[in-house]
Amino acid sequence: MDHFPTNWGNPRSEEVDSYNTYPVASHIGNVPHSVRQIAGYGHTNGHPTSHTQSPVVTGTSVLGLKYKGGVMMAADNLASYGSLARFRDIERLHKVTDFTVLGASGDMSDFQYVKHLLDSQMIKEYNADDGHTLATHNIYEYLWRVMYNRRSKMNPLWNTFVLGGVNKGESFLGAIDLKGTPYQSASIATGFGSHLAQPILRKELEQRGGENNITEEQAVEILKKSMKVLWYRDARSMNKFQLAKITSEGVTISESMSVETEWGFAENIRGYGA
Amino acid sequence: MTSRLPQAKGGFNFDNHVRNTLMEGKGLGIPKATKTGTTIVGLIYKDGLVLGADTRATAGPIVADKNCEKIHYLAPNMYCCGAGTAADTEMTTALISSQLELHRLSTGRQARVVTAMTMLKQMLFKYQGQIGAALILGGVDINGPHLYTIYPHGSTDKLPYVTMGSGSLAAMSVFESRYVANMEREDAIALVQDAIEAGIFNDLGSGSNVDVVVINSEKVEVLRNYARPNERGVKEASYKYAQGTTRVLKSSIRDFVDIKETVHVTTTEEMDIS
Repeated sequence: MDHFPTNWGNPRSEEVDSYNTYPVASHIGNVPHSVRQIAGYGHTNGHPTSHTQSPVVTGTSVLGLKYKGGVMMAADNLASYGSLARFRDIERLHKVTDFTVLGASGDMSDFQYVKHLLDSQMIKEYNADDGHTLATHNIYEYLWRVMYNRRSKMNPLWNTFVLGGVNKGESFLGAIDLKGTPYQSASIATGFGSHLAQPILRKELEQRGGENNITEEQAVEILKKSMKVLWYRDARSMNKFQLAKITSEGVTISESMSVETEWGFAENIRGYGA
Repeated sequence: MTSRLPQAKGGFNFDNHVRNTLMEGKGLGIPKATKTGTTIVGLIYKDGLVLGADTRATAGPIVADKNCEKIHYLAPNMYCCGAGTAADTEMTTALISSQLELHRLSTGRQARVVTAMTMLKQMLFKYQGQIGAALILGGVDINGPHLYTIYPHGSTDKLPYVTMGSGSLAAMSVFESRYVANMEREDAIALVQDAIEAGIFNDLGSGSNVDVVVINSEKVEVLRNYARPNERGVKEASYKYAQGTTRVLKSSIRDFVDIKETVHVTTTEEMDIS
């Protein structure tokens, strides 16, 4: 997208057609179509084949925290279009099975595609009807392979996913980024959250001596504190978010909520200097 | 005719810019400056203010100094934390400290914090961001405690709590969670320590120890290495080899020779001092 208004409205350059919609002369000479296809050059716009290099509609941080009895996740309801807060009611926490939740940050269209892939997998599971259901770590492994595969084809799914769940009393929490890097920990935070929220989550875990010393109420408090800091300091966040709780009883994704904020901290300060 | 008079020139001479870009393109770039890759914070409490900093200086991925001092003296009532290029923060604060002393002698009064801030910002703006000094200036003067941030391009902010450097997000997450106005001295120091430690443990550009400076209308306390959370562990055993592990075949000992110099006067002529 051209960000400079002075360039808008100018006549289209005939040499370059960035949307590949009009046959313009290619700098490559008379090459048979079959060769062009295989060689990957000589496309009508003169550029070699390229794939998505940057996300369009994006979600910001997703947080995850293990506690005594399960896993809790948090994500706000915003999908931004660059600096525009475009879609303000998006649910970025998705229930995959009765015991697994997928949280997504990054490109929302790629998230929707992955939701579709997982739906297909769940249908296959249902059809197999063998008494087994996919556990969280199975879905994690599948997702990791999908992400790494796409990265290896230089056409990544531009997301960082957080997968949380419980299986036979064991809690699971992990993240996978757009390059296919898997990372499991008692505390997970993507995007801006990795800089702003992760220090808080790690400190809480350290101070309380591990996830088994954090009750459900404390986990809610910790995540809300983190979401508050993100609302203060992440310019692409929103004060409307959901919490997802996964225990051996099942998955509960809460209604949207907000945090109380304090904006009068510099009431007595005038100006920025003299 | 006026063009013959020497024109006053300020700032840098950019005549070599084209040549430099050409050389960089050929791989002959400028050597990388030592950066402080830092966590620095400032906080106003009931009786004054507290400044904090980590003590790691990095040159790329290497730790150049494990225990450097990032809180610089400006005046008896003012100290300045510096992040960015180490040489720039050091020289800029030293220069303004010197200018402030002359100013103090000239006016016969305690310097005001806005004076230091104005001197710093005017110099940094003049150099158009080429001086990589990001500063947190804090001091107490006749008008009370003041806390400013000064960016390399010369912009300033006046706030009750601030963080700068690569670890600023980790430190700010601690501040945003726990800052309240009019804190007690002990609480303020504890909060500053926690903020710097969040930077030390969650940011790779920050590390080692915590330095603290407390300034109020009566006194200034420079608490160098207030906390040392990264002390090297004591070796559990002595790993020295016993004498005789390696068999001695031959010994040859030579003493250092004492050289004595004595002056013999060979002539009684007087020295010619015409």
